[in-house]
Amino acid sequence: MTAKVGVVVFPGSNCEHDVVEAVDAIGGTGELLWHKDCHLGDVDAVVLPGGFAHGDYLRTGAMARFSPIMAAVACFARDGGPVVGICNGFQILTEAQMLPGALYKNQGLRFLCQPTMLEVESTSSVLTRELVRGDQLNIPINHFEGNYICSDKTLAELRDNNRIVLTYMDNPNGATADIAGICSEGGNVVGLMPHPERAAHPLLGSTDGALLLKGLISGD
Amino acid sequence: MFGLLCVLTRWISGLFEMSESLHRSLGLTDEEAEAIEKILNRPPNHLELAMYAVMWSEHCSYKSSRLHLRRLPTEAPWVLVGPGENAGVVDVGDGIAAAIRIESHNHPSAIEPYQGAATGVGGILRDIFTMGARPVAVMDSLRFGCPDDPRSRWIAEGVVSGISGYGNAVGVPTVGGETVFDETYAGNPLVNVLCLGLMPADRLVLGRASGEGNLAVLLGSSTGRDGIGGVSVLASASFGDEEREAEKRPSVQVGDPFEEKRLIEACLALLDAGLVVGIQDLGGAGLTCATSETASRGGVGMDVDVSAVPRREPGMEPFEVLTSESQERMLAIVSPDGLADALAICDRWDVQASVVGRVTDGGQLRVCEGLDGHVLGELPAASLHEDAPLYDRSRRPPVDWDEARADTADQLPPPGNVAADLLDLLADPSWVYRQYDHMLFCNTVVGPGGDATVLRLKHPATGLDTGRGLALTADGNHRWCAVDPRAGTAMTVAESVLNLACVGARPLALVNCLNFGNPEHPEIMWQFSEAVDGMAEACDAFGIPVVGGNVSLYNESNGYNIDPTPVIGLLGVIDSLTRIPPGLAWPDGGRVIVLGPGGTELSGSQWAAATAGHKRGVLPDLDYEQHRRVAGLVAGLVADDRLCAVHDISSGGLGVALAEMAAVSGVGFRGARINSHAELFSEAPSRVVAAVDPELLPEVEAAAAATGVAVARIGLASGDRFSIKGLLDLEMAAITDRWCSGTPVSTCQT
Repeated sequence: MTAKVGVVVFPGSNCEHDVVEAVDAIGGTGELLWHKDCHLGDVDAVVLPGGFAHGDYLRTGAMARFSPIMAAVACFARDGGPVVGICNGFQILTEAQMLPGALYKNQGLRFLCQPTMLEVESTSSVLTRELVRGDQLNIPINHFEGNYICSDKTLAELRDNNRIVLTYMDNPNGATADIAGICSEGGNVVGLMPHPERAAHPLLGSTDGALLLKGLISGD
Repeated sequence: MFGLLCVLTRWISGLFEMSESLHRSLGLTDEEAEAIEKILNRPPNHLELAMYAVMWSEHCSYKSSRLHLRRLPTEAPWVLVGPGENAGVVDVGDGIAAAIRIESHNHPSAIEPYQGAATGVGGILRDIFTMGARPVAVMDSLRFGCPDDPRSRWIAEGVVSGISGYGNAVGVPTVGGETVFDETYAGNPLVNVLCLGLMPADRLVLGRASGEGNLAVLLGSSTGRDGIGGVSVLASASFGDEEREAEKRPSVQVGDPFEEKRLIEACLALLDAGLVVGIQDLGGAGLTCATSETASRGGVGMDVDVSAVPRREPGMEPFEVLTSESQERMLAIVSPDGLADALAICDRWDVQASVVGRVTDGGQLRVCEGLDGHVLGELPAASLHEDAPLYDRSRRPPVDWDEARADTADQLPPPGNVAADLLDLLADPSWVYRQYDHMLFCNTVVGPGGDATVLRLKHPATGLDTGRGLALTADGNHRWCAVDPRAGTAMTVAESVLNLACVGARPLALVNCLNFGNPEHPEIMWQFSEAVDGMAEACDAFGIPVVGGNVSLYNESNGYNIDPTPVIGLLGVIDSLTRIPPGLAWPDGGRVIVLGPGGTELSGSQWAAATAGHKRGVLPDLDYEQHRRVAGLVAGLVADDRLCAVHDISSGGLGVALAEMAAVSGVGFRGARINSHAELFSEAPSRVVAAVDPELLPEVEAAAAATGVAVARIGLASGDRFSIKGLLDLEMAAITDRWCSGTPVSTCQT
């Protein structure tokens, strides 16, 4: 049986089809979920994809957290279900307080779309469980607000509990402690700014993103 | 805000003065006003006059250019829709059709750079999904004054931010383009935006109304006072002093990418469900254009209920509602039976939808207060298009044409320091494209910065990878066209063909954006006509149909006209896309060769313009037969994976091509047999630089010999120096430092 990955579509999301394509390519089944629905159906994992949910008006992710489906996503996560927020999805997860911290504007005050080199810091998340600490991954970023920030206390907690999942080798946006991705205490909720689905086909220059997504569908 | 209100009030009150010059204040000539009266058999009222004024503007009617555009070749077996519709459409195989269009947003961007550029992106996207295609790629061709001029810098930053802000948020990748700085654009920056869309070939829809009793449904944003008279006040007149430009700011529309994103999804869903008879975007000239175009194309009439149009503010006059260019609106023609389902789809995407009109027989466009209410204006729908004036404006070459041709750049004194001249021509455009999402949809195999963009071709309905690719370029060269608009335009087309060859693609269809000065000057009209002839000649020679275009005239400020700047968008196909094309970066140890003839002519070159402000003389000869051979050879070598790097020789000549390849790869160059600055900087056509694995060199040379293409071995990619024996010797650091600083130094020296 293949793992079914629900990809939530908010108005303004734009990476949903890319995530479905990448999940399908590695043997999973991607399925679109509508933000106004209240149930997730029988999915094995949930992805909040990149884009500009509700236009990112007011603040990135600030309105998307109120979409009806988010209550179901929170419930699914509480039961240990894997939930991954990519880029805008990460921003939504922080707004929904399913992950700590916030994403500020990039240090250079410009939008950045470029490849980045990442290092795997922790393998206790659903995305990195198939990898080895210290693995280096080539995965692109695409954001204006990707500069991760949190309190010193939160940072210490993230560090002490192995919750910093990915770091930038050459920090492009000013993120605290070079953080590119973090996870929840249980490791089942992950937020990351880089786009693994954009590095999942040989013609796109890197397939390292597929390594992360494989973790998501490998299950336990 | 106060200023805006003042201007608006003045403009509106101006319209209500029952003065002789009302039509003139709307941009119509006395003869045009007379023609309108003749069509109606009575004097038009204000509303009708305002509608004619926008539709008969240069921007909407192409009244100065139509006559010439007819000379372009537009047909080929794979062309499904040629010029004249919202976008050109070609069959790209596997049951997929590609819609392509390019449009200028020059005048709005000069006045309000961020919104001008943002709404340029929004407008071109609507042209594409109007045809039933999902927009999959945007390219922009940008031209600004010198970066050391604060105003030009403000415009450049604003335009790039506007494209980034709108394009990224609306969810369509910006996959390439060009950014050029030159003083010729100080008063008139050029913002040309190209969009490519894909659809199942059987879903093509056209913007026409049919079926008496069908309903016209307005989708998207409410209608406000933004952009009133944009096409006539802004886009169809020259610029004067800055204060007057500032007064035109209210004529620039404001964009909302989130509204557009929902509009795209709702419209494509309506088309998927088969609920629309015809659909048309609201762009220049707003509701007037959309209602009259759909009606006249379908040979029907339409009643428009002006009171049913949702408005952003109270107190709007009917003429304002009919000519507003508020963004993010579409007009869908829906049968009464399908209305409920159509409204439900719009509701799902939170898209406002209102019935604002009804298709009638007879061909009259009636504007009413309530569908069966008081008639505010009535005119033959087709008269807004078919009866638009057509001008054969007088043309003549510049008075010093012969003298200019005799003054070739080959007579310029040679450089004191070749290396310094080369460095001054380098500029890395990545500061621009890093701000654009160029990877969305996971199709971008070669993104911005290459000779041509390469996209994977997936079926738009099933998502299945066809194993083939599309290639796309957007290119212009104002220096060539300043020297000789005819030959320069032909060379631009030729260069685009070679750009495609460098990624292994063959050309399929061309779109153009023709940016020129004030057509009322005979020299400018001559440039335009010559450029059209040059393009026709080159397209005929290469067998490329022109499937669409846009004309931007009146790029004049304070009496200064821009250099003629035809921008060419070229779409090609790659029959088997199994690996990433070689690109610019060469490996250490690659043997460097030039494929194609030699060249030493300097007229029209970036070097001549940069070092001496020289834009005269005679362009190097373009031999079509030879060019076809070179392009065929290069495309074949790329397809067979015989080259490890390849770059066409264009702006800046061989020298800049080599330096760019070195800068991108971080690997130096040791060269010889480039004997003079003329060989280094000449932009003679039909040439590419390639790096080849030493073991494959004999095979590549044999392939060239077999097709009758000259090959010259010029050096080795290696080390940390960039040197050419007897000409220059630089540390690689000098090249990369200069490259990374982002903008060229010397194209802008006066």
